[in-house]
Amino acid sequence: MNMIVCVKQVIDPEAPPASFKIDPSSNKVVPPPGVSPVISPFDENAAEAALKIKDTQGGKITVISLGTNLLRDVVKKPLSMGADELILLEDEAFTNGDSWSTAYALAMAIKKIGDYDIIFCGRQAADWDAGQVGLGIAEILGLPSVTAAKKIDITDSKARVEMVTTDGYEVIEVPLPALITVSSELGEPRYPTIKGIMAAKRKEPIIWKPADIGVDPSQVGASGRRIKILKLFQPIREGKCEIIEGESVEEAAANLASKMRKAKLL
Amino acid sequence: MTEYKGVMIYSEVTEGKLAAISTELKGCGRKLADDLGQELSAVLVGSGISGLAQEVIAFGADKVYIVDDPLLKDYQTDSYVQVMEKVIKQVMPQIFLLGQTSIGRDLAPRLAFRLNTAASMDCLELAIDPDSKLMLRTKPVYGGNAQAVFTCESYPQIATVRVKVMSPLERDTSRQGEVITIEAGLDPSMIKTKVLEKVKAEVEGIKLEDAEVIVSGGRGLGSAEGFKELEELAKVLKGAVGSSRPPCDNGWVPEALHIGLTGKVVAPDLYIAVAISGASQHLAGCSGSKNIIAINKDPEANIFKEARFGVVGDYRKVIPAFTDKVKELLAG
Repeated sequence: MNMIVCVKQVIDPEAPPASFKIDPSSNKVVPPPGVSPVISPFDENAAEAALKIKDTQGGKITVISLGTNLLRDVVKKPLSMGADELILLEDEAFTNGDSWSTAYALAMAIKKIGDYDIIFCGRQAADWDAGQVGLGIAEILGLPSVTAAKKIDITDSKARVEMVTTDGYEVIEVPLPALITVSSELGEPRYPTIKGIMAAKRKEPIIWKPADIGVDPSQVGASGRRIKILKLFQPIREGKCEIIEGESVEEAAANLASKMRKAKLL
Repeated sequence: MTEYKGVMIYSEVTEGKLAAISTELKGCGRKLADDLGQELSAVLVGSGISGLAQEVIAFGADKVYIVDDPLLKDYQTDSYVQVMEKVIKQVMPQIFLLGQTSIGRDLAPRLAFRLNTAASMDCLELAIDPDSKLMLRTKPVYGGNAQAVFTCESYPQIATVRVKVMSPLERDTSRQGEVITIEAGLDPSMIKTKVLEKVKAEVEGIKLEDAEVIVSGGRGLGSAEGFKELEELAKVLKGAVGSSRPPCDNGWVPEALHIGLTGKVVAPDLYIAVAISGASQHLAGCSGSKNIIAINKDPEANIFKEARFGVVGDYRKVIPAFTDKVKELLAG
């Protein structure tokens, strides 16, 4: 089983909301100082999905990431969790893309890898929350896809995928090769082992430039965008919360109920 | 690109009825169509759904396109993308809107890539730019910490809209509209996936999406036990129990209770957030609530910025006292 996992380095979504800042002149987010970037959480779920399959039936896991200033400690995490190889599309030309230009670059890289049974992506990235790149890769490569998987079983070159829906889940059978996007319901990604971390340290990522995957720099990154961003802003929270007090916490709680009754909320 | 005209919405059907999002989309689609001086159409895709056409018109569509075929009984990416590609190439709408539902989040991106255009997902606001006449798409990004306004110059302009954000039009059965049938013309060999089973999460009591009161718990509850207190309060208020993501991830409550960016979106009259810090990802699912009450021991918790009333304190002390007082008030 040859598996490919696409991962994205993002600003840590768990960083305190107060540390979140925007530079309005460039329409970009200012990375909070002292907070290390991370692999987008759903992408870690995607890596875990591939590792679960590798645990039971073996196989090779190739991880791909795209961008610049990719911190090796961050993008190597899937390797330390147990993946086999890391390919980085690392070039200025790949940056500031949208779902289109990113999916295109990744699809071309995957085409170059050639031999694969399943491509895993996170259901959406923690920065732009679009959830389009995975499906875009599937469309460009002409593969069937299943979104928001929480469980994947492989039998006879078919995947049986439990897909999360609004009010439960559906079981979908899809022939391989296929693209599957993964949701957090799959379960916590495993922690890297010391052995895994040591092995990952020794492994050098393979770096591909646009020419290596046969694309013109104008087709990827910012130049390949189809969506234009006009404005990025932080919504203003009104913050008019009335804190209800009391002699004790219990009294405050009772006062809250009375207050809500007066405001006709009860 | 002048040949593209009109606004089309994807009229989602659940269990043989128009989904709530379908009527919400007609509300916002109607406004966009009026601003452009163009018509609003809707497309109904499924098996045995033709009977819903008049209902679609009653909620504001000028035209309804129907694709009714037994092969479309279940939503499947391959068949629905194929059908929608055909419909859009035939009708050529300038704008195509879907709901940010299980179907919309799967269908919209693939369809956009196939049609060589780009979608914006989970939008909160859509408008027409008075100068360029392009659709302005406002969507939350960075888990809701920020919002971005996007445009795309390729047609059709595709967007999905978050549920419970847009107001539907009044149902008016005197509205007139045209009904047009389009053959699915599906090639079954192109449908590579198979739906083996549909499993509905069994939740006792009132459904979260329908509840007027929701008592929701977060990581700060510390265990599954903590939710017992919330259940009692929810019962007294005739409401439902919800959760932020950590309790679901930890297995304290079923995934079906998850309210947030990748869970359910709710907008009840009263939302009581207990031991929930108020991360943007959670607020994405509940900020449409009319009144948020926050109970948290951390006075700096983000949830207080969203709340109308709040109590700072340990939920173990607050909830029993609050529940007792509520019982007393409701009895009196």
